[in-house]
Amino acid sequence: MNRKLPLIITFLVGIIVIVSEFIPHYPFGLISSELENWFLIISGFAIILGQLSLFKVNILKIKYKKPNWPYSVITLASFIIMVGVGILWGTQDNSGLAGNGQHIVAVMGSKPFDYLFHNVYQHLQATMFSLLAFFIASAAYRAFIARTFESNLLLISAILVMLGNTSLGSFLTSWMPQTLNFLHLPKLAEFIMKYPTTAGQRAIMIGAGLGIIGSSLRIILGIERSYLGGK
Amino acid sequence: MRKILFSLFLFSSILWAQELVFSAEDNPNDDGTAILLKWNADALQPTTLRIIKYEENGDSTLVHLSTDTNGQYILGDGIVPQEPANFRLQLLDIDGNIIAQKEVQAVSKAQWFNTNKISLLIMAIILSAAIIYYIFSARSGKKLYIRKIAGLESIDESVGRATEMGRAILFIPGTLDLDNMQTISGLSILGKLAQKVAENDAKIMVPVCRSMVLSTAKEVVKEAYLKAGKPDAYDSDSVFYLTDDQFGFVAGVDGIIVREKPAANFFLGAFYAESLILAETGFASGAVQTAGTAMPSQLPFFVVACDYTLIGEELFAASAYLSKEPQQLGSLKGQDFGKAIFLIVLSVGVFLEIIGVHFLKNFLTIN
Repeated sequence: MNRKLPLIITFLVGIIVIVSEFIPHYPFGLISSELENWFLIISGFAIILGQLSLFKVNILKIKYKKPNWPYSVITLASFIIMVGVGILWGTQDNSGLAGNGQHIVAVMGSKPFDYLFHNVYQHLQATMFSLLAFFIASAAYRAFIARTFESNLLLISAILVMLGNTSLGSFLTSWMPQTLNFLHLPKLAEFIMKYPTTAGQRAIMIGAGLGIIGSSLRIILGIERSYLGGK
Repeated sequence: MRKILFSLFLFSSILWAQELVFSAEDNPNDDGTAILLKWNADALQPTTLRIIKYEENGDSTLVHLSTDTNGQYILGDGIVPQEPANFRLQLLDIDGNIIAQKEVQAVSKAQWFNTNKISLLIMAIILSAAIIYYIFSARSGKKLYIRKIAGLESIDESVGRATEMGRAILFIPGTLDLDNMQTISGLSILGKLAQKVAENDAKIMVPVCRSMVLSTAKEVVKEAYLKAGKPDAYDSDSVFYLTDDQFGFVAGVDGIIVREKPAANFFLGAFYAESLILAETGFASGAVQTAGTAMPSQLPFFVVACDYTLIGEELFAASAYLSKEPQQLGSLKGQDFGKAIFLIVLSVGVFLEIIGVHFLKNFLTIN
Protein backbone atom coordinates (compact mmCIF):
# COMPACT_ATOMS: atom_id res chain seq x y z
CA MET A 1 0.00 0.00 0.00
CA ASN A 2 2.98 2.30 0.70
CA ARG A 3 3.80 2.10 -2.99
CA LYS A 4 0.28 1.89 -4.39
CA LEU A 5 -1.15 4.97 -2.68
CA PRO A 6 1.30 7.47 -4.25
CA LEU A 7 0.73 5.79 -7.62
CA ILE A 8 -3.06 6.14 -7.29
CA ILE A 9 -2.74 9.79 -6.23
CA THR A 10 -0.35 10.47 -9.14
CA PHE A 11 -2.76 8.84 -11.60
CA LEU A 12 -5.81 10.72 -10.36
CA VAL A 13 -4.10 14.11 -10.12
CA GLY A 14 -2.45 13.63 -13.52
CA ILE A 15 -5.76 12.81 -15.21
CA ILE A 16 -7.60 15.68 -13.48
CA VAL A 17 -4.94 18.21 -14.49
CA ILE A 18 -5.03 17.04 -18.12
CA VAL A 19 -8.83 17.17 -18.22
CA SER A 20 -8.90 20.61 -16.57
CA GLU A 21 -6.75 21.96 -19.41
CA PHE A 22 -9.74 21.52 -21.74
CA ILE A 23 -12.63 22.27 -19.38
CA PRO A 24 -12.87 25.87 -18.18
CA HIS A 25 -16.09 25.20 -16.20
CA TYR A 26 -16.00 25.31 -12.41
CA PRO A 27 -14.39 23.47 -10.59
CA PHE A 28 -12.01 22.22 -13.32
CA GLY A 29 -10.88 25.70 -14.33
CA LEU A 30 -9.52 26.34 -10.84
CA ILE A 31 -7.78 23.02 -10.32
CA SER A 32 -4.40 24.00 -11.80
CA SER A 33 -4.10 27.17 -9.75
CA GLU A 34 -5.34 25.38 -6.63
CA LEU A 35 -2.74 22.65 -7.07
CA GLU A 36 -0.07 25.31 -7.54
CA ASN A 37 -1.15 26.81 -4.23
CA TRP A 38 -0.90 23.41 -2.57
CA PHE A 39 2.57 23.02 -4.01
CA LEU A 40 3.60 26.42 -2.59
CA ILE A 41 2.25 25.49 0.84
CA ILE A 42 4.14 22.19 0.84
CA SER A 43 7.31 23.97 -0.39
CA GLY A 44 6.96 26.40 2.51
CA PHE A 45 7.10 23.54 4.97
CA ALA A 46 9.88 21.85 3.03
CA ILE A 47 12.10 24.92 3.45
CA ILE A 48 12.47 23.92 7.11
CA LEU A 49 13.83 20.56 5.95
CA GLY A 50 16.37 22.35 3.76
CA GLN A 51 17.52 24.56 6.60
CA LEU A 52 17.80 21.61 8.95
CA SER A 53 19.91 19.81 6.35
CA LEU A 54 22.15 22.88 5.98
CA PHE A 55 22.66 23.07 9.75
CA LYS A 56 23.22 19.35 10.21
CA VAL A 57 25.82 19.01 7.45
CA ASN A 58 27.78 22.08 8.55
CA ILE A 59 27.59 21.40 12.30
CA LEU A 60 28.92 17.87 11.72
CA LYS A 61 31.79 19.29 9.67
CA ILE A 62 32.68 21.68 12.47
CA LYS A 63 32.22 19.07 15.19
CA TYR A 64 34.55 16.51 13.59
CA LYS A 65 36.92 19.20 12.24
CA LYS A 66 36.55 17.83 8.72
CA PRO A 67 38.72 19.37 5.97
CA ASN A 68 37.77 23.00 5.23
CA TRP A 69 35.54 23.18 8.31
CA PRO A 70 36.10 26.95 8.76
CA TYR A 71 33.94 27.50 5.64
CA SER A 72 31.08 25.86 7.51
CA VAL A 73 31.53 28.32 10.37
CA ILE A 74 31.22 31.20 7.89
CA THR A 75 28.14 29.61 6.28
CA LEU A 76 26.35 29.16 9.59
CA ALA A 77 27.41 32.56 10.91
CA SER A 78 26.13 34.26 7.73
CA PHE A 79 22.86 32.36 7.95
CA ILE A 80 22.32 33.19 11.62
CA ILE A 81 23.24 36.86 11.20
CA MET A 82 20.89 37.38 8.22
CA VAL A 83 17.98 35.58 9.87
CA GLY A 84 18.71 37.28 13.21
CA VAL A 85 18.79 40.88 11.92
CA GLY A 86 15.76 40.13 9.75
CA ILE A 87 13.74 38.91 12.73
CA LEU A 88 14.90 41.68 15.07
CA TRP A 89 14.60 44.77 12.87
CA GLY A 90 12.73 43.51 9.84
CA THR A 91 13.25 44.61 6.26
CA GLN A 92 12.66 47.83 4.35
CA ASP A 93 8.87 47.60 4.41
CA ASN A 94 8.33 45.41 7.48
CA SER A 95 9.24 45.99 11.08
CA GLY A 96 10.82 43.26 13.21
CA LEU A 97 10.40 42.08 16.77
CA ALA A 98 12.61 44.92 18.06
CA GLY A 99 10.83 47.55 15.99
CA ASN A 100 12.39 49.45 13.09
CA GLY A 101 15.80 50.03 14.70
CA GLN A 102 15.90 53.80 14.09
CA HIS A 103 19.24 54.17 15.94
CA ILE A 104 20.88 51.57 13.74
CA VAL A 105 19.31 53.05 10.61
CA ALA A 106 20.74 56.46 11.61
CA VAL A 107 24.24 54.96 11.68
CA MET A 108 24.08 52.49 8.79
CA GLY A 109 21.74 54.36 6.50
CA SER A 110 19.32 51.46 6.22
CA LYS A 111 18.09 48.51 8.23
CA PRO A 112 20.80 45.90 8.95
CA PHE A 113 19.10 43.27 6.79
CA ASP A 114 18.83 45.64 3.82
CA TYR A 115 22.36 46.92 4.43
CA LEU A 116 23.80 43.40 4.29
CA PHE A 117 21.58 42.53 1.33
CA HIS A 118 22.66 45.52 -0.76
CA ASN A 119 26.30 45.72 0.33
CA VAL A 120 27.30 42.10 0.73
CA TYR A 121 24.83 39.68 -0.83
CA GLN A 122 24.22 41.55 -4.09
CA HIS A 123 27.95 42.05 -4.66
CA LEU A 124 28.69 38.40 -4.06
CA GLN A 125 25.94 37.48 -6.47
CA ALA A 126 27.26 39.89 -9.11
CA THR A 127 30.76 38.46 -8.63
CA MET A 128 29.56 34.94 -9.34
CA PHE A 129 27.56 36.08 -12.35
CA SER A 130 30.50 38.04 -13.76
CA LEU A 131 32.59 34.86 -13.78
CA LEU A 132 30.39 33.80 -16.66
CA ALA A 133 32.16 36.23 -18.99
CA PHE A 134 35.53 34.54 -18.39
CA PHE A 135 34.05 31.07 -18.65
CA ILE A 136 32.38 31.97 -21.95
CA ALA A 137 35.76 33.11 -23.27
CA SER A 138 37.51 29.89 -22.25
CA ALA A 139 34.68 27.69 -23.51
CA ALA A 140 34.49 29.61 -26.79
CA TYR A 141 38.24 29.21 -27.27
CA ARG A 142 37.91 25.43 -27.05
CA ALA A 143 34.78 25.30 -29.18
CA PHE A 144 36.26 27.42 -31.95
CA ILE A 145 39.41 25.39 -32.46
CA ALA A 146 39.08 24.31 -36.08
CA ARG A 147 39.45 20.53 -36.10
CA THR A 148 36.49 19.13 -37.94
CA PHE A 149 34.05 20.35 -40.57
CA GLU A 150 31.46 21.04 -37.86
CA SER A 151 33.84 23.07 -35.71
CA ASN A 152 34.88 25.06 -38.80
CA LEU A 153 31.23 25.77 -39.49
CA LEU A 154 30.73 26.84 -35.88
CA LEU A 155 33.79 29.08 -36.03
CA ILE A 156 32.64 30.82 -39.22
CA SER A 157 29.08 31.30 -37.94
CA ALA A 158 30.35 32.65 -34.62
CA ILE A 159 32.68 35.14 -36.32
CA LEU A 160 29.86 36.32 -38.60
CA VAL A 161 27.43 36.74 -35.69
CA MET A 162 29.98 38.47 -33.46
CA LEU A 163 31.13 40.84 -36.19
CA GLY A 164 27.58 41.46 -37.33
CA ASN A 165 26.66 42.70 -33.89
CA THR A 166 29.45 45.28 -33.78
CA SER A 167 29.90 48.59 -35.56
CA LEU A 168 33.08 47.16 -37.10
CA GLY A 169 31.04 44.51 -38.90
CA SER A 170 28.74 47.14 -40.27
CA PHE A 171 31.73 49.24 -41.37
CA LEU A 172 33.52 46.33 -43.05
CA THR A 173 30.66 45.63 -45.45
CA SER A 174 29.35 49.18 -45.84
CA TRP A 175 30.95 49.46 -49.29
CA MET A 176 28.80 46.69 -50.70
CA PRO A 177 26.20 47.71 -53.29
CA GLN A 178 22.49 47.60 -52.46
CA THR A 179 22.00 44.51 -54.63
CA LEU A 180 24.32 42.57 -52.28
CA ASN A 181 22.55 43.83 -49.20
CA PHE A 182 22.00 40.26 -47.98
CA LEU A 183 25.78 39.89 -47.59
CA HIS A 184 25.96 42.88 -45.28
CA LEU A 185 27.39 41.48 -42.01
CA PRO A 186 24.58 42.69 -39.69
CA LYS A 187 22.08 41.15 -42.15
CA LEU A 188 24.02 37.87 -42.20
CA ALA A 189 24.18 37.81 -38.40
CA GLU A 190 20.46 38.47 -38.20
CA PHE A 191 19.79 35.71 -40.73
CA ILE A 192 21.87 33.17 -38.78
CA MET A 193 20.16 34.04 -35.50
CA LYS A 194 16.68 34.21 -36.98
CA TYR A 195 16.58 31.08 -39.14
CA PRO A 196 19.16 28.29 -38.57
CA THR A 197 19.50 29.02 -34.83
CA THR A 198 15.78 29.36 -34.22
CA ALA A 199 15.06 26.26 -36.31
CA GLY A 200 17.57 24.24 -34.28
CA GLN A 201 16.19 25.51 -30.98
CA ARG A 202 12.62 24.76 -32.02
CA ALA A 203 13.60 21.24 -33.07
CA ILE A 204 15.07 20.71 -29.59
CA MET A 205 11.95 22.17 -28.01
CA ILE A 206 9.62 19.94 -30.03
CA GLY A 207 11.71 16.90 -29.03
CA ALA A 208 11.68 18.02 -25.40
CA GLY A 209 7.93 18.59 -25.56
CA LEU A 210 7.40 15.05 -26.83
CA GLY A 211 9.76 13.80 -24.15
CA ILE A 212 7.74 15.57 -21.48
CA ILE A 213 4.51 14.03 -22.81
CA GLY A 214 6.11 10.57 -22.87
CA SER A 215 7.58 10.92 -19.37
CA SER A 216 4.32 12.30 -18.00
CA LEU A 217 2.35 9.40 -19.44
CA ARG A 218 4.82 6.89 -18.01
CA ILE A 219 4.50 8.52 -14.59
CA ILE A 220 0.69 8.89 -14.73
CA LEU A 221 0.25 5.27 -15.83
CA GLY A 222 2.63 4.10 -13.11
CA ILE A 223 5.09 2.57 -15.56
CA GLU A 224 7.88 4.85 -14.44
CA ARG A 225 8.33 4.77 -10.67
CA SER A 226 11.96 5.70 -10.22
CA TYR A 227 11.02 9.16 -8.91
CA LEU A 228 9.48 7.34 -5.94
CA GLY A 229 12.71 5.47 -5.43
CA GLY A 230 11.20 2.30 -6.91
CA LYS A 231 11.95 0.47 -10.13
CA MET B 1 -44.48 73.07 -34.59
CA ARG B 2 -43.88 71.10 -31.39
CA LYS B 3 -44.87 67.91 -33.12
CA ILE B 4 -42.41 68.58 -35.95
CA LEU B 5 -39.56 69.34 -33.52
CA PHE B 6 -40.34 66.23 -31.47
CA SER B 7 -40.44 64.10 -34.63
CA LEU B 8 -37.12 65.54 -35.76
CA PHE B 9 -35.53 64.86 -32.33
CA LEU B 10 -36.90 61.31 -32.29
CA PHE B 11 -35.73 60.70 -35.85
CA SER B 12 -32.22 62.00 -35.14
CA SER B 13 -32.00 59.95 -31.92
CA ILE B 14 -32.95 56.80 -33.82
CA LEU B 15 -30.34 57.60 -36.48
CA TRP B 16 -27.63 58.23 -33.84
CA ALA B 17 -28.55 55.10 -31.97
CA GLN B 18 -28.24 53.14 -35.18
CA GLU B 19 -24.83 54.64 -35.81
CA LEU B 20 -23.64 53.60 -32.38
CA VAL B 21 -23.04 49.86 -32.12
CA PHE B 22 -22.51 48.46 -28.65
CA SER B 23 -22.85 44.85 -27.60
CA ALA B 24 -22.04 42.75 -24.56
CA GLU B 25 -21.84 38.99 -24.73
CA ASP B 26 -20.42 36.05 -22.84
CA ASN B 27 -16.68 35.69 -23.42
CA PRO B 28 -16.29 32.27 -25.02
CA ASN B 29 -14.19 29.38 -23.70
CA ASP B 30 -13.89 30.50 -20.11
CA ASP B 31 -15.32 29.76 -16.69
CA GLY B 32 -18.08 32.35 -17.05
CA THR B 33 -16.26 35.16 -15.27
CA ALA B 34 -15.75 37.46 -18.25
CA ILE B 35 -17.90 39.52 -20.61
CA LEU B 36 -16.85 40.57 -24.09
CA LEU B 37 -17.77 44.18 -24.84
CA LYS B 38 -17.68 45.41 -28.45
CA TRP B 39 -18.39 48.87 -29.83
CA ASN B 40 -18.30 50.80 -33.07
CA ALA B 41 -18.81 54.56 -32.96
CA ASP B 42 -16.88 55.50 -36.10
CA ALA B 43 -19.75 57.53 -37.48
CA LEU B 44 -20.02 59.75 -34.39
CA GLN B 45 -16.30 60.50 -34.00
CA PRO B 46 -16.24 60.91 -30.19
CA THR B 47 -13.06 62.01 -28.39
CA THR B 48 -13.41 59.46 -25.61
CA LEU B 49 -15.54 56.39 -24.93
CA ARG B 50 -16.53 55.37 -21.46
CA ILE B 51 -18.01 52.00 -20.45
CA ILE B 52 -19.81 51.89 -17.14
CA LYS B 53 -21.14 48.83 -15.34
CA TYR B 54 -24.26 49.75 -13.43
CA GLU B 55 -26.56 48.01 -11.00
CA GLU B 56 -30.33 48.22 -10.69
CA ASN B 57 -29.92 50.06 -7.36
CA GLY B 58 -28.03 52.90 -9.06
CA ASP B 59 -24.45 51.89 -8.18
CA SER B 60 -22.07 52.20 -11.07
CA THR B 61 -18.37 51.62 -11.78
CA LEU B 62 -16.21 52.73 -14.65
CA VAL B 63 -14.83 49.60 -16.30
CA HIS B 64 -13.08 50.95 -19.37
CA LEU B 65 -11.96 54.21 -20.91
CA SER B 66 -10.84 54.34 -24.52
CA THR B 67 -10.12 56.66 -27.42
CA ASP B 68 -10.56 53.84 -29.90
CA THR B 69 -13.87 54.34 -31.71
CA ASN B 70 -14.02 50.74 -32.90
CA GLY B 71 -12.83 48.10 -30.53
CA GLN B 72 -13.49 45.48 -27.93
CA TYR B 73 -12.68 44.84 -24.30
CA ILE B 74 -12.84 41.71 -22.15
CA LEU B 75 -14.09 42.53 -18.68
CA GLY B 76 -12.88 39.90 -16.23
CA ASP B 77 -13.51 41.62 -12.91
CA GLY B 78 -16.68 41.38 -10.88
CA ILE B 79 -18.54 39.13 -13.30
CA VAL B 80 -20.54 36.32 -11.74
CA PRO B 81 -21.65 33.42 -13.98
CA GLN B 82 -25.38 33.29 -14.77
CA GLU B 83 -26.02 36.74 -13.28
CA PRO B 84 -27.07 39.57 -15.63
CA ALA B 85 -24.68 42.50 -15.88
CA ASN B 86 -25.68 45.93 -17.23
CA PHE B 87 -23.35 48.14 -19.23
CA ARG B 88 -23.62 51.68 -20.51
CA LEU B 89 -21.42 53.05 -23.28
CA GLN B 90 -21.07 56.82 -23.24
CA LEU B 91 -19.46 58.81 -26.06
CA LEU B 92 -17.83 62.04 -24.96
CA ASP B 93 -16.80 65.05 -27.00
CA ILE B 94 -13.64 67.09 -26.43
CA ASP B 95 -15.29 69.03 -23.56
CA GLY B 96 -16.42 65.84 -21.82
CA ASN B 97 -20.07 66.22 -22.77
CA ILE B 98 -22.04 63.08 -23.49
CA ILE B 99 -22.97 63.06 -27.16
CA ALA B 100 -24.55 59.62 -27.23
CA GLN B 101 -24.99 56.60 -25.04
CA LYS B 102 -26.30 53.07 -25.23
CA GLU B 103 -27.14 50.43 -22.65
CA VAL B 104 -26.91 46.68 -22.98
CA GLN B 105 -27.25 43.66 -20.74
CA ALA B 106 -25.36 40.37 -20.82
CA VAL B 107 -25.30 37.10 -18.93
CA SER B 108 -22.05 35.16 -18.74
CA LYS B 109 -21.88 31.39 -18.50
CA ALA B 110 -19.15 28.81 -18.07
CA GLN B 111 -18.30 26.48 -20.93
CA TRP B 112 -17.69 22.75 -20.61
CA PHE B 113 -15.12 22.63 -23.38
CA ASN B 114 -12.55 25.14 -24.58
CA THR B 115 -12.98 24.99 -28.36
CA ASN B 116 -9.75 26.97 -28.83
CA LYS B 117 -7.84 23.92 -27.67
CA ILE B 118 -9.42 21.38 -29.98
CA SER B 119 -6.20 21.03 -32.02
CA LEU B 120 -4.25 20.48 -28.80
CA LEU B 121 -6.73 17.79 -27.75
CA ILE B 122 -6.46 16.01 -31.09
CA MET B 123 -2.65 16.07 -31.00
CA ALA B 124 -2.63 14.92 -27.36
CA ILE B 125 -4.97 12.02 -28.16
CA ILE B 126 -2.92 10.92 -31.19
CA LEU B 127 0.37 11.11 -29.27
CA SER B 128 -0.98 9.42 -26.16
CA ALA B 129 -2.59 6.68 -28.23
CA ALA B 130 0.70 6.10 -30.08
CA ILE B 131 2.72 5.96 -26.88
CA ILE B 132 0.21 3.64 -25.16
CA TYR B 133 0.04 1.42 -28.27
CA TYR B 134 3.82 1.00 -28.34
CA ILE B 135 3.92 0.36 -24.58
CA PHE B 136 1.45 -2.52 -24.96
CA SER B 137 3.16 -3.65 -28.13
CA ALA B 138 6.48 -3.87 -26.26
CA ARG B 139 4.77 -5.62 -23.36
CA SER B 140 3.52 -8.31 -25.74
CA GLY B 141 7.12 -9.12 -26.60
CA LYS B 142 7.69 -7.17 -29.82
CA LYS B 143 11.38 -6.29 -30.31
CA LEU B 144 12.02 -2.56 -30.44
CA TYR B 145 15.18 -0.90 -31.67
CA ILE B 146 16.34 2.04 -29.54
CA ARG B 147 19.48 3.87 -30.65
CA LYS B 148 22.40 4.11 -28.24
CA ILE B 149 22.67 7.28 -26.16
CA ALA B 150 26.37 7.87 -25.47
CA GLY B 151 25.72 10.07 -22.46
CA LEU B 152 23.87 7.29 -20.69
CA GLU B 153 26.35 4.61 -21.69
CA SER B 154 28.94 6.74 -19.89
CA ILE B 155 27.39 6.14 -16.47
CA ASP B 156 29.27 2.85 -16.02
CA GLU B 157 32.51 4.49 -17.14
CA SER B 158 32.03 7.38 -14.70
CA VAL B 159 31.21 5.13 -11.75
CA GLY B 160 34.17 2.88 -12.61
CA ARG B 161 36.49 5.89 -12.78
CA ALA B 162 35.24 7.22 -9.45
CA THR B 163 35.72 3.81 -7.82
CA GLU B 164 39.26 3.46 -9.14
CA MET B 165 40.27 6.96 -8.14
CA GLY B 166 38.58 6.74 -4.74
CA ARG B 167 36.80 10.00 -5.38
CA ALA B 168 33.14 10.93 -5.24
CA ILE B 169 30.56 11.43 -7.99
CA LEU B 170 28.78 14.78 -8.03
CA PHE B 171 25.16 14.87 -9.16
CA ILE B 172 23.15 18.08 -9.65
CA PRO B 173 19.43 17.59 -10.47
CA GLY B 174 19.08 21.10 -11.90
CA THR B 175 18.16 24.30 -10.15
CA LEU B 176 14.39 24.20 -10.50
CA ASP B 177 11.82 22.65 -8.20
CA LEU B 178 9.92 19.36 -8.36
CA ASP B 179 7.14 20.88 -10.48
CA ASN B 180 9.55 20.85 -13.42
CA MET B 181 9.67 17.68 -15.50
CA GLN B 182 13.42 18.04 -16.07
CA THR B 183 14.04 17.83 -12.34
CA ILE B 184 11.92 14.67 -12.13
CA SER B 185 13.86 13.15 -15.04
CA GLY B 186 17.12 14.09 -13.34
CA LEU B 187 15.97 12.37 -10.15
CA SER B 188 14.98 9.27 -12.12
CA ILE B 189 18.52 9.04 -13.48
CA LEU B 190 19.89 9.69 -9.99
CA GLY B 191 18.15 6.52 -8.80
CA LYS B 192 19.89 4.38 -11.42
CA LEU B 193 23.23 6.10 -10.88
CA ALA B 194 23.07 5.81 -7.08
CA GLN B 195 22.38 2.08 -7.42
CA LYS B 196 25.51 1.62 -9.53
CA VAL B 197 27.45 3.75 -7.04
CA ALA B 198 26.24 1.57 -4.19
CA GLU B 199 27.11 -1.65 -6.06
CA ASN B 200 30.65 -0.35 -6.68
CA ASP B 201 31.14 1.01 -3.14
CA ALA B 202 31.78 4.45 -4.57
CA LYS B 203 30.62 7.73 -3.04
CA ILE B 204 27.99 10.14 -4.32
CA MET B 205 27.32 13.78 -3.42
CA VAL B 206 24.03 15.42 -4.31
CA PRO B 207 23.85 19.12 -3.42
CA VAL B 208 20.38 20.51 -4.15
CA CYS B 209 18.96 24.00 -4.22
CA ARG B 210 15.29 23.23 -3.49
CA SER B 211 13.98 21.78 -0.27
CA MET B 212 11.35 19.65 -2.01
CA VAL B 213 14.03 18.18 -4.25
CA LEU B 214 16.11 17.46 -1.14
CA SER B 215 13.51 15.19 0.43
CA THR B 216 12.79 13.41 -2.87
CA ALA B 217 16.47 12.97 -3.75
CA LYS B 218 17.14 11.54 -0.28
CA GLU B 219 14.39 8.96 -0.77
CA VAL B 220 15.63 8.10 -4.26
CA VAL B 221 19.24 7.56 -3.13
CA LYS B 222 18.17 5.63 -0.02
CA GLU B 223 15.98 3.29 -2.13
CA ALA B 224 18.84 2.82 -4.59
CA TYR B 225 21.17 1.67 -1.78
CA LEU B 226 18.43 -0.63 -0.51
CA LYS B 227 18.01 -2.13 -3.96
CA ALA B 228 21.74 -2.63 -4.27
CA GLY B 229 21.57 -4.59 -1.04
CA LYS B 230 23.74 -2.10 0.86
CA PRO B 231 21.40 -0.07 3.05
CA ASP B 232 24.14 0.42 5.66
CA ALA B 233 26.36 2.14 3.13
CA TYR B 234 23.81 4.89 2.61
CA ASP B 235 24.96 8.21 4.03
CA SER B 236 21.98 10.50 4.63
CA ASP B 237 24.31 13.52 4.43
CA SER B 238 25.33 12.65 0.88
CA VAL B 239 22.20 14.51 -0.26
CA PHE B 240 22.25 18.00 1.17
CA TYR B 241 20.72 21.41 0.71
CA LEU B 242 22.85 24.44 -0.11
CA THR B 243 20.63 27.40 -0.90
CA ASP B 244 17.68 28.44 -3.06
CA ASP B 245 19.68 31.31 -4.48
CA GLN B 246 20.92 30.69 -8.03
CA PHE B 247 24.44 32.09 -7.73
CA GLY B 248 24.79 31.15 -4.08
CA PHE B 249 24.17 27.58 -5.19
CA VAL B 250 26.75 27.92 -7.97
CA ALA B 251 29.30 29.23 -5.49
CA GLY B 252 28.61 26.30 -3.18
CA VAL B 253 28.86 23.67 -5.93
CA ASP B 254 31.98 25.27 -7.43
CA GLY B 255 33.55 25.17 -3.99
CA ILE B 256 32.76 21.46 -3.71
CA ILE B 257 34.19 20.77 -7.18
CA VAL B 258 37.40 22.68 -6.42
CA ARG B 259 37.92 21.20 -2.95
CA GLU B 260 36.66 17.63 -3.35
CA LYS B 261 37.66 17.17 -7.01
CA PRO B 262 34.93 14.64 -7.90
CA ALA B 263 35.87 12.00 -10.47
CA ALA B 264 32.65 12.52 -12.40
CA ASN B 265 30.07 15.28 -12.55
CA PHE B 266 26.47 14.87 -13.64
CA PHE B 267 24.39 17.95 -14.38
CA LEU B 268 20.97 16.59 -15.28
CA GLY B 269 17.92 18.83 -15.01
CA ALA B 270 16.91 22.41 -15.67
CA PHE B 271 19.69 24.99 -15.69
CA TYR B 272 19.97 28.67 -16.48
CA ALA B 273 23.03 30.94 -16.49
CA GLU B 274 24.76 28.74 -13.95
CA SER B 275 25.23 25.94 -16.50
CA LEU B 276 28.53 27.17 -17.92
CA ILE B 277 29.96 28.25 -14.56
CA LEU B 278 29.36 24.75 -13.20
CA ALA B 279 30.50 22.91 -16.33
CA GLU B 280 33.67 24.96 -16.82
CA THR B 281 34.69 24.57 -13.18
CA GLY B 282 34.12 20.83 -13.56
CA PHE B 283 36.16 20.79 -16.77
CA ALA B 284 39.02 22.60 -15.04
CA SER B 285 38.97 20.00 -12.23
CA GLY B 286 39.45 17.23 -14.79
CA ALA B 287 36.24 15.33 -14.07
CA VAL B 288 34.33 13.25 -16.61
CA GLN B 289 31.22 15.30 -17.17
CA THR B 290 27.75 14.32 -18.34
CA ALA B 291 25.11 16.99 -18.71
CA GLY B 292 21.53 16.99 -19.88
CA THR B 293 18.89 19.65 -20.12
CA ALA B 294 15.95 20.72 -22.22
CA MET B 295 16.88 24.40 -21.99
CA PRO B 296 17.89 25.20 -25.59
CA SER B 297 19.90 28.27 -24.61
CA GLN B 298 22.07 26.32 -22.14
CA LEU B 299 22.77 23.31 -24.35
CA PRO B 300 25.65 24.91 -26.30
CA PHE B 301 27.47 25.60 -23.03
CA PHE B 302 27.11 21.99 -21.91
CA VAL B 303 28.13 20.67 -25.34
CA VAL B 304 31.34 22.70 -25.17
CA ALA B 305 32.29 22.02 -21.57
CA CYS B 306 31.09 18.44 -20.98
CA ASP B 307 32.17 15.08 -22.33
CA TYR B 308 28.62 13.87 -22.92
CA THR B 309 25.44 15.87 -23.34
CA LEU B 310 21.86 14.65 -23.31
CA ILE B 311 20.01 16.99 -25.64
CA GLY B 312 16.37 17.77 -24.85
CA GLU B 313 14.36 14.60 -25.30
CA GLU B 314 17.33 12.36 -24.41
CA LEU B 315 17.09 13.63 -20.83
CA PHE B 316 13.48 12.50 -20.63
CA ALA B 317 14.29 9.20 -22.34
CA ALA B 318 17.13 8.45 -19.93
CA SER B 319 15.13 6.73 -17.24
CA ALA B 320 13.36 4.45 -19.72
CA TYR B 321 16.62 3.79 -21.54
CA LEU B 322 18.47 2.84 -18.38
CA SER B 323 15.65 0.65 -17.03
CA LYS B 324 15.73 -1.52 -20.22
CA GLU B 325 12.12 -2.44 -19.43
CA PRO B 326 10.22 -3.19 -22.65
CA GLN B 327 7.16 -1.15 -21.69
CA GLN B 328 9.28 1.90 -20.88
CA LEU B 329 11.23 1.53 -24.10
CA GLY B 330 7.91 1.22 -25.92
CA SER B 331 6.98 4.71 -24.81
CA LEU B 332 10.16 6.01 -26.47
CA LYS B 333 9.04 4.43 -29.71
CA GLY B 334 5.71 6.20 -29.30
CA GLN B 335 7.56 9.49 -28.97
CA ASP B 336 9.36 8.76 -32.23
CA PHE B 337 5.98 8.20 -33.86
CA GLY B 338 4.94 11.61 -32.52
CA LYS B 339 8.02 13.11 -34.10
CA ALA B 340 7.07 11.62 -37.45
CA ILE B 341 3.60 13.18 -37.14
CA PHE B 342 5.12 16.56 -36.30
CA LEU B 343 7.40 16.30 -39.30
CA ILE B 344 4.46 15.60 -41.61
CA VAL B 345 2.28 18.35 -40.11
CA LEU B 346 5.15 20.86 -40.28
CA SER B 347 5.94 20.00 -43.90
CA VAL B 348 2.28 20.23 -44.93
CA GLY B 349 1.95 23.47 -42.95
CA VAL B 350 4.97 25.05 -44.64
CA PHE B 351 3.64 24.03 -48.06
CA LEU B 352 0.13 25.39 -47.34
CA GLU B 353 1.52 28.67 -46.03
CA ILE B 354 3.66 29.08 -49.16
CA ILE B 355 0.64 28.65 -51.41
CA GLY B 356 -1.37 31.05 -49.23
CA VAL B 357 -3.68 28.60 -47.47
CA HIS B 358 -3.73 29.43 -43.78
CA PHE B 359 -6.23 26.83 -42.59
CA LEU B 360 -3.70 24.57 -40.84
CA LYS B 361 -1.89 27.44 -39.12
CA ASN B 362 -5.17 28.89 -37.88
CA PHE B 363 -6.36 25.48 -36.72
CA LEU B 364 -3.18 24.81 -34.75
CA THR B 365 -2.96 28.28 -33.24
CA ILE B 366 -4.26 28.40 -29.67
CA ASN B 367 -5.64 31.82 -28.76
